[in-house]
Amino acid sequence: MTPTAPDLAPTPSQTVGPFFGHALPYAEGPDLVPGWHPDAITIRGRVLDGAGAPIPDALVEIWQADGAGRIPSGAGGLRRDPDGFSGFGRCGTDAAGEYRFRTLKPGAIRPNASDTDASGTDASGADASGAGASGADVAGAGASGTGTSGAGAPYIAVLVFARGLLKPVRTRLYFPQDAAAHGIDPVLAAVPAERRPTLVAVAESDRTYRFDIHLQGERETVFLGI
Amino acid sequence: MTHPPYLHPDYKSTVLRAPSREPVMPRLGPDSVELTSPVFGHQELGVLDEDLTAHHAGEPLGERIIVTGRVLDGAGRPVRGTLVEVWQANAAGRYAHLGDRHPAPLDPNFTGAGRCLTDDDGRYRFVTIKPGAYPWRNHPNAWRPAHIHFSVFGTAFTQRLVTQMYFPGDPLFAHDPIMQSIPDQRDRDRLVSRFDLDTTVPEWALGYQWDIVLGDTPMEA
Ligand SMILES: [Fe+2]
Repeated sequence: MTPTAPDLAPTPSQTVGPFFGHALPYAEGPDLVPGWHPDAITIRGRVLDGAGAPIPDALVEIWQADGAGRIPSGAGGLRRDPDGFSGFGRCGTDAAGEYRFRTLKPGAIRPNASDTDASGTDASGADASGAGASGADVAGAGASGTGTSGAGAPYIAVLVFARGLLKPVRTRLYFPQDAAAHGIDPVLAAVPAERRPTLVAVAESDRTYRFDIHLQGERETVFLGI
Repeated sequence: MTHPPYLHPDYKSTVLRAPSREPVMPRLGPDSVELTSPVFGHQELGVLDEDLTAHHAGEPLGERIIVTGRVLDGAGRPVRGTLVEVWQANAAGRYAHLGDRHPAPLDPNFTGAGRCLTDDDGRYRFVTIKPGAYPWRNHPNAWRPAHIHFSVFGTAFTQRLVTQMYFPGDPLFAHDPIMQSIPDQRDRDRLVSRFDLDTTVPEWALGYQWDIVLGDTPMEA
């Protein structure tokens, strides 16, 4: 029984299949913040196939920084603490292919910032309104860390699983009011300019954004090989 | 290439769902949110979550099994405290899901969903029953080999993995376009668990071992 060297090739992906609905979604999955949260925003959209038909059996997951650009490091994505922010959300699409999240608008990631160094000054940097975002603001936010190496626009990481997807698609959601910061975002810079709009949510109202995800076709969303 | 391609026409549902364009390959900055992962705590899970046979008043029908293994990173290090979720059909090959129309019996004592956090050795362990094979409508006389669906987080969102674990020697492997979508036989074999007498508990349950290796994060690659 001599232990052998581990086989380090990665385990291959397989589809989530059609029958995850009794296992993966959970009641609080779409609600990263409670409805009474003063900074709550709604993100919603449809997942669509190459024929433009809604996909009613997709699973969307998001992972994001908080309003001050801090990446959450504490637990709580399954059982929410109303005073905390776990940054993780999960929502299955409905019969119309629609998903929905209630969350916070993330701030641009602050290098070396973690959610454990929250303080009054950090809170004052929160960009919940998003209205003041500009390239200068984002660069300034990086000054507390390692210069501007982490500078970029605020975004939410998005994963989509579905029957017929043998591995997930990975993308990012950016916000329309951060247009100035999009110009200095290193991931957007890698995307051909004419396809960048597929990564920018549409403001439906003050606090509601639409982000449709087209898996295939003319309007195919940009997916990231990360 | 370990993973299947998006488009595998033998699996019909990929035809309209596979992205048709090459993915964009950005260089992720060291502060990217995708290089971190959500974390989950024991207080978020129920104590019985990892025993799928204990979720109802009675015992489910079928062959009781133990499925265990380690979650490792590309360097062979244990991935500790990561969330592992599983779901599966019952012994008759029927899911406790409204959309499953397979005319096999539901089991009132089996839902078929569980979760746990890996321990300090990266180990997960579930008690469950062996799922049955089931038919699907991909092509005439199509049957899925018996499998347990797995979802794993890892330490970076880029490592997020959803896959399926199979049982050794299943005659349906060669006929299953989902398993066959993986180009290399060696990689397909990585999804097949190993019967293990040392894991088997006398007079109680057969034991299967299956390790999961997560991909390198882009920063390490
Ligand atoms: Fe299945």
